[in-house]
Amino acid sequence: MDGIHDLGGKQGYGPVHYTLDATAFHNAWEVRVNSLYAFAVRSGIFNMDEYRHAIERMDPRHYLAASYYERSLTSLATLCVEKGVLTREELERRAGGTFPLSSPSATGRSNSPGRVRFQPGDRVRVKLDFVPGHIRLPAYIRGKVGTVVGESPAYPFPDAHAHGITAEDEPTYDVRFRSEDLWPNGSDPALVHVGVFQSYLEKAG
Amino acid sequence: MPDDRVVVRTATVEERVDAIQAALDAKGFDTRKAVEELEHKAQEEWLPRNGARMVARAWVDAEYRKRLLANGREAAAEMGFAMPKHHRHLVVLENAPKVQNVICCTLCSCTAFTLIGLPPDWYKDLQYRSRVVRESRTVLAEMGLALDPDVEVRVWDTTADTRYMVLPERPAHTMGWSEERLAAIVTRDSLIGVARL
Repeated sequence: MDGIHDLGGKQGYGPVHYTLDATAFHNAWEVRVNSLYAFAVRSGIFNMDEYRHAIERMDPRHYLAASYYERSLTSLATLCVEKGVLTREELERRAGGTFPLSSPSATGRSNSPGRVRFQPGDRVRVKLDFVPGHIRLPAYIRGKVGTVVGESPAYPFPDAHAHGITAEDEPTYDVRFRSEDLWPNGSDPALVHVGVFQSYLEKAG
Repeated sequence: MPDDRVVVRTATVEERVDAIQAALDAKGFDTRKAVEELEHKAQEEWLPRNGARMVARAWVDAEYRKRLLANGREAAAEMGFAMPKHHRHLVVLENAPKVQNVICCTLCSCTAFTLIGLPPDWYKDLQYRSRVVRESRTVLAEMGLALDPDVEVRVWDTTADTRYMVLPERPAHTMGWSEERLAAIVTRDSLIGVARL
């Protein structure tokens, strides 16, 4: 889905709030949320792709205003409700107020037919895929041409894995793009590498 | 006259965390022990000193460096550092005088957290995630790393379950130092690639 989470190359967010001794956590509840969602994954309530997708399905206004761990909490609660482990009513009764959850999921998809095995050095084009469900393809590389520099072992295909759809595991390719090709006349010169699932790629001319 | 309007308030985030943990416990999930164990790992075990020790070893041992660059996950395991099951692949990115690697995750905030620690706040913020792929040099300069124009910047966006770690260059003044002493100067931010040593 072309959601609010897909931030790469978006403008207007301002300077990075960088400090040398920045910490991962600022409050005890954040450490607890991080452990609770990991516990839920470990207990088989949901998988990592479902977890990421439930964050992407948050209301965009809530997503932007929420801290990282509030997004984590919202995904955890949404999935516990959707999987029938807990009910929203119970959560709201215990919390003593409303408990914002993510919007419902659209449908996913299985692997693309006719996947091609690539080699380092191959020129590849990112397909023009527009899907309503989960996808790990950042919009800034859609339709762009790059060069394969590496191949990973096979992973579960996220577009299927986030939706309970059967699919074959497939490799991802580290694809090198030139920032000038991604944002012509609108970026700092750099080589931008993205881990791209095999289903999202085709051989470039 | 009594006010019968229903006041709807959003529960605070802490109330929501307490509610979900209590609800899971009431369903028979024993969260307490797992949370304690995971909290300990997050705060005491998954620390940048793990990645720092791998870097220091690579600086003093050319054979380990080769193995680290060929298969990061195995090279981590060799030193006793585990990675989660879904991190099936670790790619170690070698810096050079004219090459600076930097990692990010534009879609969420993925990292090789068992090796470089859970990511700092700025890594997860909207600013870093939106800008570092497009304005890499500008962002690095704002963060205190001004690079000469002839240094090639290589950005790595963690969009799949491959994880990345930067192998910083060994500072010239550390000739003859022990591995332990070297590990102590490797910072988390140099493993992410927003700082040089």
